Amino acid sequence: MSDILNLPGIFPVLPELVLVLGAMALLMIGVFSGDRATGGISAVAIALLAACIVILVMQPSGKVVAFHGSFVLDGYARFLKILALTGSAVAILMSIEFLSATGRQKFEYPVLILLSTSGMLVLVSAGDLIALYLGFELMSLALYVIAAIDRDNVRSTEAGLKYFVLGALSSGMLLYGCSLIYGFTGTVSFAGIAKATEAGGIGLTFGLVFLFAGFCFKVSAVPFHMWTPDVYEGAPTPVTAFFAAAPKMAGMAVFVRASIAAFPGIVAQWQQIVVFVSIASMVLGAFAAIGQTNIKRLMAYSSIGHMGYALIGLAAGTATTDGVRSVLVYMAIYLAMTLGTFAGIIAMRRPDGPVEEISDLAGLGRTKPTMALFLAVMLFSLAGVPPLAGFFAKLYVFFAAMQAGLYTLAVIGVLASVVGAYYYLAIVKVMYFDEPAPSFVPMRLELRLVLGVTGLFVVLFSFYPGPLVDAAEAAAKSLF
Amino acid sequence: MASWPMLSVITFLPLLGALFIMVLPGEDAAVKRNARWVALWVTLIDLVIVLMLASRFDPASAEFQFVERKPWLAGTVMYHMGVDGISLLFVILTAALMPICILASWRAIETRVKEYMIAFLVLETLMIGTFCALDLVLFYLFFEGGLIPMFLIIGVWGGPRRVYASFKFFLYTLLGSVLMLLAIVAMYNQAGTTDIPALMRYGFSHEMQKWAWLAFFASFAVKMPMWPVHTWLPDAHVEAPTAGSVILAAILLKMGGYGFLRFSLPMFPAASVDFAPLVFALSVVAIVYTSLVALVQEDMKKLIAYSSVAHMGFVTMGIFAATAQGIAGGIFQMVSHGIVSAALFLCVGVVYDRMHSREIATYGGLVNRMPLYAFTFMVFTLANVGLPGTSGFIGEFLTLIGTFKINTWVATLASLGLILSAAYALWLYRKVILGTLEKPSLAAIRDLGVREIAIFAPLVILTIVFGVYPKLVLDMSAASVTALLDNYHHALGGTKAALLGF
Repeated sequence: MSDILNLPGIFPVLPELVLVLGAMALLMIGVFSGDRATGGISAVAIALLAACIVILVMQPSGKVVAFHGSFVLDGYARFLKILALTGSAVAILMSIEFLSATGRQKFEYPVLILLSTSGMLVLVSAGDLIALYLGFELMSLALYVIAAIDRDNVRSTEAGLKYFVLGALSSGMLLYGCSLIYGFTGTVSFAGIAKATEAGGIGLTFGLVFLFAGFCFKVSAVPFHMWTPDVYEGAPTPVTAFFAAAPKMAGMAVFVRASIAAFPGIVAQWQQIVVFVSIASMVLGAFAAIGQTNIKRLMAYSSIGHMGYALIGLAAGTATTDGVRSVLVYMAIYLAMTLGTFAGIIAMRRPDGPVEEISDLAGLGRTKPTMALFLAVMLFSLAGVPPLAGFFAKLYVFFAAMQAGLYTLAVIGVLASVVGAYYYLAIVKVMYFDEPAPSFVPMRLELRLVLGVTGLFVVLFSFYPGPLVDAAEAAAKSLF
Repeated sequence: MASWPMLSVITFLPLLGALFIMVLPGEDAAVKRNARWVALWVTLIDLVIVLMLASRFDPASAEFQFVERKPWLAGTVMYHMGVDGISLLFVILTAALMPICILASWRAIETRVKEYMIAFLVLETLMIGTFCALDLVLFYLFFEGGLIPMFLIIGVWGGPRRVYASFKFFLYTLLGSVLMLLAIVAMYNQAGTTDIPALMRYGFSHEMQKWAWLAFFASFAVKMPMWPVHTWLPDAHVEAPTAGSVILAAILLKMGGYGFLRFSLPMFPAASVDFAPLVFALSVVAIVYTSLVALVQEDMKKLIAYSSVAHMGFVTMGIFAATAQGIAGGIFQMVSHGIVSAALFLCVGVVYDRMHSREIATYGGLVNRMPLYAFTFMVFTLANVGLPGTSGFIGEFLTLIGTFKINTWVATLASLGLILSAAYALWLYRKVILGTLEKPSLAAIRDLGVREIAIFAPLVILTIVFGVYPKLVLDMSAASVTALLDNYHHALGGTKAALLGF
């Protein structure tokens, strides 16, 4: 082991290697032992993801560049990789029940998540356009399959197909943007592009726009958000939980890194795009969610809105580390809130199967008081009400925006958050004010664990925010 | 100085009580009883500690006392607590009313008692925290956090239109507050600190003061509430359970006035002068218009809610007159209204518990069956009118004097409110209490029980004591008010003379 760690070219990509090799080995095991090995494979997959987190924590800090600049491992990458790995591991954990039903014991599921996660890790560390595209596709292709994993279900299949068609379109745009940028700068490395962009130019701006279109698709920001509600609703709920968490981390990671590392010379051009996307996402996320009756669809619009808030940080993060720091804090807290909320949504099961209408939650405060309490905490946190963690996430991005002089953006942001508060409250209202609907089956242990841990994190964050904020600060510094 | 962190103890003790109630298992009768008793004892102990704190408080000093400071958010935002003569009054008011609220809910709340008591104890923590916080972010945390338990209290235990009322309450308040949040962020950006005493000395530019003042005004005007953003209040009051109305009227509204005193005047003095005419105009409209609206109400709670808006108009008028009498009167009026409006809502609660109706037309001639109740109601009605000898008189009188020096017309128009308040309050009293008891449904109505007498006795005594001997309240805050005004006029740089001139 120590020999491998000492190999200079290998050690930065050790987590990726572990994941890819592990995924292949698990695939082999799955092929030979069939679907009954699904449970074991899931457990090993979680262990592999946890091992990667350990490796990332153990690796010496500092910036390492490998493969001639196409792979960068710095504090920023480590922070977001840990988030993405956590998201994936928890997503597999929350899928155990889904996978245990007869006819759905698909050993490919954890393997695909592992492959997708290794794509995310590459994406987070991408130092040039080639690595970026490779990571992007590795992540996305696995996601398309996972969306359609419940292949006898029409909605799941439809979700997978929709995701694939729109995703392929966005990949095309991304690739087109990459080629334009390469054509106008003569290089694919972010550092090289950064040097070349000092001259600017209309062709480069065109490339930038296409590149950003691809990013926006991945983080489901307006106007490339259309797939989100349909895919979130159609995909099986544990899959939706996965989609809402880990890929968002990777998408936002590359969005921020590419903007800051590759285009510091044309800040004015990309900042206005980010400001527009951010405003559009916040406003659409807030208003479109109001009319939803399906909680997964509502969470889709909620995640669109939250990406809008995170993008405020990027728009503000052109000169100082405060903006990037706020994005990182936002993503970390968003991850906890999303996983917790979805643990609650996955637990919405009656004896005759899962339900997903908001009205099914009626009277949860009486039938399942603990679950309702934690879910309500999550919803208030998503709404950004103090003293919960979601408030601090918003506080940091607004702080960055005010510092950068983006007053209009900040004002629209807070107003949208009031509108957004309405639909989160509407769920709390259903849970606490309405007459009880038939009770759900008891919540499974792993879901209780996820909801409990994230709930405590959200509540207790205000007492001890130091570690996360400091880590985000250090990570943001490494980007500049 | 106390050697132990008294302010943290009084703030977080109710939270501990809430956690304790939370771990009580089940929902049977024993748990209900235990939850009630635990809540009562926790609030009583908290009151005792608050009174100990008050006895150790030095009213001659304008400094913040019992200060606690600990690093909290990234070193810049501190966990900074402390009280001065102004905030201590509200801390005492909060701690004193909480046991009364718990007692008032003793029989009225029969469903989900455990959650109800938890919500109230959490709310107490957040309210006391709001008044003790000496850091803007900390203040905002407590200030906004109070929305969650109140939202649940109205929504879960409220009347038929509770959902509408709770949403309106939450969203109105949140909308005002998020603008304040942006101002807080902008102030931090400029001054590099969110420490309230430091910001009071900072001296923002005139332009900055204007924007920040408006943002804070958005929040406090909704909370206060001032006309025309008061419309959430009647709905919230009508739908909330009795104790919820009491807390809403007695404490939550005071947060707005407290905010004006703590932030708007000391931190944005120039903007306060600029916008004083706006506040005067809104206050006068509130006093006259909402008093007229109160005259035509058919629902008792709604009538008292509108009268609250009118009385808060005196407070804002007095505060922004920025004279010693005006501010002292504003503070006194808030304390007095905290007691009187709380008591009036409790009075409504008494008959509501018996008849399950808040319609004025349901009642009449109660004096025949309920002499004690009639007496209690009369004391508070007269205090609400502002009769000399009750606490209501002192506050209104001082604010009017204070304002008269600054702007005669405003004071003259505002004094119309005194007449109107006599009209609606006495009209309500006559309809409900006097006359003959004709309605057969009222024939068996009982007078106040022991528990209810225990609730009302301290309030009656305080109303009369404060009316006869207002020094108790005024002395407590005198040094802080003087310091506030000194700093205010100092910051304005000699415009004091000009101000007093017109």
